[in-house]
Amino acid sequence: MGQTITEKILARAADRETVTPGQIINARIDMIMCHDVTTPPAISMLQEHGVDAVFDPEKIAVTPDHFQPAKDIASAELHKRLDTWARAKGIRHYYPVGRAGVCHALLPEQGHIRPGEVIVGGDSHTCTYGAFAAFSTGIGSTDLAAAIATGQLWFKVPASMKFILQGRLPRGVYSKDVILEVIRRIGTDGALYRAMEFVGPALREMSMEARMTITNMAIEAGGKSGIIGFDDTTRAYLDEHLKDRTEYTVFESDPDATYHSTLEIDCGALEPMVAFPHLPSHGRPIGDCAGLAMDQAYIGSCTNGRIEDLRIAAAVLKGRRVKIRTIIVPATPTIWRQCVDEGLAGIFDDAGCVVSAPTCGACLGGFMGILAAGERCISTTNRNFVGRMGHPKSEVYLASPATAAASAVEGKLADPRNYLGKSKIKNQNAK
Amino acid sequence: MAKAHVYPRDHVNTDEIIPARYLNTDDRAVLAAHCMEDLDPEFVGKCRPGDVIVAGEDFGCGSSREHAVWAMQGAKVAAVIAPSFARIFYRNSINGGFPLVELPDAPGHINDGDEIEIDFEAGRIHNRTQGTELTFEPLPDFAMAILRDGGLLEHIKKQQEKR
Repeated sequence: MGQTITEKILARAADRETVTPGQIINARIDMIMCHDVTTPPAISMLQEHGVDAVFDPEKIAVTPDHFQPAKDIASAELHKRLDTWARAKGIRHYYPVGRAGVCHALLPEQGHIRPGEVIVGGDSHTCTYGAFAAFSTGIGSTDLAAAIATGQLWFKVPASMKFILQGRLPRGVYSKDVILEVIRRIGTDGALYRAMEFVGPALREMSMEARMTITNMAIEAGGKSGIIGFDDTTRAYLDEHLKDRTEYTVFESDPDATYHSTLEIDCGALEPMVAFPHLPSHGRPIGDCAGLAMDQAYIGSCTNGRIEDLRIAAAVLKGRRVKIRTIIVPATPTIWRQCVDEGLAGIFDDAGCVVSAPTCGACLGGFMGILAAGERCISTTNRNFVGRMGHPKSEVYLASPATAAASAVEGKLADPRNYLGKSKIKNQNAK
Repeated sequence: MAKAHVYPRDHVNTDEIIPARYLNTDDRAVLAAHCMEDLDPEFVGKCRPGDVIVAGEDFGCGSSREHAVWAMQGAKVAAVIAPSFARIFYRNSINGGFPLVELPDAPGHINDGDEIEIDFEAGRIHNRTQGTELTFEPLPDFAMAILRDGGLLEHIKKQQEKR
């Protein structure tokens, strides 16, 4: 019987010929992502248990990102614990403040993500790396401690759901709109415990950046992982970004693999989407909700803070002024520099936006753009739960960078297609 | 005897269980003081040691923050009863030695303030207030073994000592 790509990757990591959904396996971990919120507690647990060694200092990547640079004394203490540990253990891929960036944008960019590998991270959006044909999932601090110490973790093999992205994305519609539509269709627990495998012609036309937006939000449908098969786009990205250990194994799903279910999305029929409070599944087409007044726009995060996202926002904002406070957060130092070198920072400044250093910041209500009671924010982030970006009585509306930028210009939910000239803008979310 | 605090809504998420504005610390006493704050600011004041939380589907969805489990443990919550749990929260709970009960239509069987007794190994809940017996599927054996040892790291340590 055929196997899915997820089953093949897990079977290899568990030294088995095959695995079946529901089976409990012990898998080898190829890469561990560590950040400033969930790793310091893991370090303390290891110390309390008298565990000194890390399984492999080459296979751990560390960056502060949630509260970086430190926002207050308490987070400075977290950073100090992370920094002391990373240096003492000789963690090779350590990105201290100055090189630090939003983890899920940073690791692929710095060449730490490879196809066929098992990757875990102390962050729920670790599922992002599945865009590179890898199995990747988020874990908590205790799992993180166990993985750091032993290089292994137990997993229940997930059943896979197949999402076929048909057609071509229309102008002004992006991968963010696709994943918001998927979550609207299946709900925030529609993929609970399962792997979400994305295939189809619309996906094949997307850049790696756009694909990462899709796998990033698998967790918002309850998924254990999101995964996209390998192709020339994947290869080209890896050729550019892998610095060492350039070999990797490519797995693909067998034609007769078993799926829990299959869902087709007609991407050609999609409109720009806005997910209303307080769930990512509350998506509405922009045509049904344009005009609702906003107080802030936020463009950044592991979902949509990559250079392509900022280019899209700049295409909308060029030569225009924003009507509401607009915060732009390049996700990594490299993206920040590109943003300056390509003239995007100037476009944002001219439009009246503030451009910050890389940080997760306000996405999770940390700092650098917190909402007051009653305020509404159009945001390119991934969650719009109660109190997510600030006061429990504030509201977050999720959308693509184009929709967020257009809404910033109008001060209310706005259709980005009115700002993307037909001739000038080919869909930048496409290759 | 545990008192049930019932939040019948689905998708009670980790931002509600412990808002990110408190994630600049992993001090369990501090986290406990803000447990469930954005869902029910009164919770900490009314929760007694050993009480349980009862909620709808997909409890614990959202972030991987184990701080959600630590906040409830710090507030002396004994368990959460819900029809289903988000995956990372489920793992974090077992790993931290914090028991969960999967009970279909949990808020339909237990009212806010009901006094209940849970037998985790046998899979039985005695609702003393309503005079009813409820049964549930106990956690899988490997998860019960981790819970009995007090969490994943203690479990690994014991396994290594046995070898």
